[in-house]
Amino acid sequence: MTDIAAGPRRLSSTETVRAGLGRRKRHQIMLQGLGLAAISFAFLMLATLVGSLVMTGHKAFTQTHITLDVYVDPAEIPAAGLPRGGFRDVMTAALAERIPGVESRAELRALGAILSNGAQFMLRDRIVADPSLIGQTITMRVPVSDPYDQLKKGLIDRETPEAFRRVKDQEIAWFDTLMAQGAITEPFNWALFRNADSRFPELAGLKGALIGSAWALLVCFLISFPLGIGAAIYLEEFAPKNRVSDLIEVNINNLAAVPSVVFGLLALAVFLGWFGMQRSAPFVGGLTLALMTMPTIIIATRAALKAVPPSIREAALGVGASRHQVVFGHVLPLAMPGILTGTIIGLAQALGETAPLLLIGMNAFITSAPSTPFDSATALPTQIFIWADSPERGFVSRTSAAILVLLTFLVVMNALAIFLRNRFERKW
Amino acid sequence: MYDNPLTKRTAVTHEVKISARGVNVFYGENRAIKDVDVDIEDKTVTAFIGPSGCGKSTFLRCLNRMNDTIDICSVKGLITLDGEDIYAPSIDPVQLRAKVGMVFQKPNPFPKSIYDNVGYGPKIHGMAQSRADLDEIVERALRRAALWEEVKDRLSSPGTGLSGGQQQRLCIARAVATEPEVLLMDEPCSALDPIATAQVEELIDELREQYSVVIVTHSMQQAARVSQKTAFFHLGHLVEFGETGQIFTNPHDPRTESYITGRIG
Amino acid sequence: MTSLAFSLLFALAIAGYVWNLMAARSIRQSGARMHSLSGFHGMYSFLLAVVPVMVLILVWQVLKGPVIDRMVLGGLPPGTLDGVNAGAVQLILSEIKSLAGGRTFGTPEDWKIEAAERLVGLRQTAAYSLVGLVAVVAGGLVLFARLRVGAEFRARHRVERIVSGLMIFCASVAIFVTLGIAGSLMFETYRFFERVPLTEFLFGLNWEPQIPLREDQIAAEGAFGWIPVFLGTIVITVVALFIAIPVGLLSGIYLNEFAPRRMRAVAKPILEILAGVPTVVYGFFAILTVAPAIRSAGAALGIDIAPNTALAAGSVMGIMLIPFISSFADDALSAVPQALRDGALGLGATRAEMMTTVLFPAAIPGIVGGILLAVSRAIGETMIVVMAAGLIAKMTINPLDSVTTVTVQIVTLLIGDTSFDNPKTLAAFALGMMLFLVTLVINVFALRIVRKYREAYD
Repeated sequence: MTDIAAGPRRLSSTETVRAGLGRRKRHQIMLQGLGLAAISFAFLMLATLVGSLVMTGHKAFTQTHITLDVYVDPAEIPAAGLPRGGFRDVMTAALAERIPGVESRAELRALGAILSNGAQFMLRDRIVADPSLIGQTITMRVPVSDPYDQLKKGLIDRETPEAFRRVKDQEIAWFDTLMAQGAITEPFNWALFRNADSRFPELAGLKGALIGSAWALLVCFLISFPLGIGAAIYLEEFAPKNRVSDLIEVNINNLAAVPSVVFGLLALAVFLGWFGMQRSAPFVGGLTLALMTMPTIIIATRAALKAVPPSIREAALGVGASRHQVVFGHVLPLAMPGILTGTIIGLAQALGETAPLLLIGMNAFITSAPSTPFDSATALPTQIFIWADSPERGFVSRTSAAILVLLTFLVVMNALAIFLRNRFERKW
Repeated sequence: MYDNPLTKRTAVTHEVKISARGVNVFYGENRAIKDVDVDIEDKTVTAFIGPSGCGKSTFLRCLNRMNDTIDICSVKGLITLDGEDIYAPSIDPVQLRAKVGMVFQKPNPFPKSIYDNVGYGPKIHGMAQSRADLDEIVERALRRAALWEEVKDRLSSPGTGLSGGQQQRLCIARAVATEPEVLLMDEPCSALDPIATAQVEELIDELREQYSVVIVTHSMQQAARVSQKTAFFHLGHLVEFGETGQIFTNPHDPRTESYITGRIG
Repeated sequence: MTSLAFSLLFALAIAGYVWNLMAARSIRQSGARMHSLSGFHGMYSFLLAVVPVMVLILVWQVLKGPVIDRMVLGGLPPGTLDGVNAGAVQLILSEIKSLAGGRTFGTPEDWKIEAAERLVGLRQTAAYSLVGLVAVVAGGLVLFARLRVGAEFRARHRVERIVSGLMIFCASVAIFVTLGIAGSLMFETYRFFERVPLTEFLFGLNWEPQIPLREDQIAAEGAFGWIPVFLGTIVITVVALFIAIPVGLLSGIYLNEFAPRRMRAVAKPILEILAGVPTVVYGFFAILTVAPAIRSAGAALGIDIAPNTALAAGSVMGIMLIPFISSFADDALSAVPQALRDGALGLGATRAEMMTTVLFPAAIPGIVGGILLAVSRAIGETMIVVMAAGLIAKMTINPLDSVTTVTVQIVTLLIGDTSFDNPKTLAAFALGMMLFLVTLVINVFALRIVRKYREAYD
């Protein structure tokens, strides 16, 4: 051991350390700075995402309306002819009352374009419901068409040369007159939730998509929840540790990572192709989503079951309960909050899933809400896809608005999951 | 070393290396160390003993500011190394830890080769100018840890592949490679079998020639075997501090006596 | 009618439950020692009726359609279908069906009306016989269960065995799904390769799946070489990883070691939100914000950038993957034992040195597994590229150019067209097969690495 003691003791070691200190500190600050920059970038992106959606989307939550005194001219709308009649002409005439000096047919047609295409049908529905209105003057508030909605919201630049503008100078003048008369209002856009899809942005709503998504999620839940829990209980509590169980386990983990579009191909080939199920139906959509959600539920349930301490099982087994009685009577109830949390998160994922629904045709153009899960329908994310693809300017803000609605649902679901987790989760 | 009965150990006093005055340590609201004063001498093995949870490990970790890594932990009072306040703002914990090395309860070799484990400290501190330099440092540290003969042929194999006792000596070699002046050991033998423990204890005794060694132990026999000075901690207080022989044969405080005779702890 | 069958089944099963429960109770009251609790006798009856009859109803539903179709076609006047090809037969069938549904177009032939009437009749017969069958079978099973009630009967064992069987079925659904995916993809892919040679698909450098509408059109053959499509996928994936890996790893490292506690508490949920945003939203973000921004940036620099540049789709996909990689990195770093952190700090390493020289190398297997899973996600990601990438396959690795991907082609080839007999639709399945195989290999590999890594530190 003497040779060690003889080794030169480096008295300079402290100085060496001190010399390098500045450089090492700088490295540390650099790494920290990079990390902070990275995370700020992620936040900035999220902020940009939400910001740009809110910027474009908030405008779709109001809709420009025009209030008109409509004389229901019996000459145009004879009671005998219902539900047919010259509703459009009556509406245009009511509009022309407000703008003096519009005479020619061409001008009248241009003036009539201020009204939404749906306005005539609103009048028709009202008169069909109460034919005694014929011959009277009624007050109606109807949506204006998309270009004028954009004009009101300032999305059409009045400085643009007329040739490049969707509304002409004359039309702007008319609209300004109506504004000055106080006929134009911009109330909350209830149509966004009360109407189904439409080719006209001012009439298009999410009702069909919301109901379609609700049906699909219900089917998805009813199938994936029992299947997922059953599979998880078997694998966690009963399965012998052998190759088959291993195979199933590997399988489930892989299924959770299979691209969603592949599930769409499966649904297309098997559900639609072989079983001949109804195309575009929320039932098929829900079935497909169930296959994708099941692995998530299985994994969450197994984690929740694992978290129940063995002492509970041993205590129940010790008083003579069978393994089934232990699992269903004691372990499962204790694991339920965790299972529900996982299920809600899985359903939230399913709600946002788009690709498989496209392949089974849930991107069809359907103007009525489905009344059963077997009717053709769209879902919220596919509706977003359809609107994002539509050329009309008005659909841009509606797409953003639909996304905001979807994100609201997701936030609520996730908040519910977090609440459940915090409220009922026990630490053993 | 064992043929030297406790009572006859000569009380040679060395210069004071570390001195603590009025040290209090808080974990949030909870005061874990209460008004501790102690002087730790150079070229001496000082043992901290006491029942579990008495604060001996906490105090040890104050000496190289390892407690800094715990957010809620705060240290009050004065601790000096060679007369310099180690909690002064001008002192960098990095620099301090190069001077005050530490060996932990469980052997914790990095998942790297034996060579890289030992060379880790010198490399990050820039102590080696060349590969040959580093080779020399590594060999010297391994020799000092009495591990060289066992591993010299497999320096590039992973340090995690060694036996428990070898791993702990590797960690000691890793600590001495940075040429520290003080070596802190937090129950270094608690995870080892008796044979490995004996080897490490022998090593500690040799290390005393060059370093000031502070060892926390729950084994009174170990404290008696390896240390010259012993400090007894109880409920965060430093109850008694003195020559190991005196503490074990003639304690002044009744609490020390109770502990040594096995009535508390 | 199906709902009537279901209601009948449940009514019978519940009646069986109550019946057995009563029977068991009365035996117990007479003083006999029962093997099982009365509830188990009831449960036995319920499960014995519900499980097999439920299977019966489902099988019936699946088989009903095809069987009735065949019977209707078989009942047509002899010679009607001679020399008519399969597509036309389907057309006739659907015409008959819409007649049966009460929708008449033009003036149908008499034999079609006759067939429609027969179809309606058959459907009614099928519905009645299903209800009858359910009543008989379920009633029989309930009766059988009642007869077995007795002191010696091990109802609990029976019930548990049925429940175990159900659970095993649930667990094996995962295998059925995988087999279903593999089977359907293989079947359709096989049909594709009957029309297009395998070598052309695997090694062809042209992807032009347009099938002419008329036979005399020029360029009657589509080209089905998947290489340019795959190349496009790779280009977009690389762009995505170029953003996601550094940003994700650095944020993971920062959150794990350097972020103040309060920041961590805020940042982790925000990253989770970022991870939970549906991909269709990212797709819209790409066309609404990112692509115009990239194009105007390119214009300012004088670079010509394609409208559907791979850069837009790729970078948005990268943003989507950031939280994925960062949480994997964070988890992997957290799994490194505290002792190693202490060891490095105790030797005087700065926290940055501890991170780069000890923690990060120790966590690499876990991180690599996470990155591989991210790669597989990027390859399989659909909506972002469907909305923001191009449709034309090009042999280019220039990210400023417009490229197409495997998933884009699958979706565009299949939207609105489901006749399974032209190469265009079948090509989508061939691409799906390749996608499935590629991601499967990556996933298996990645999951194995991650699992090994977890075991190493547990």
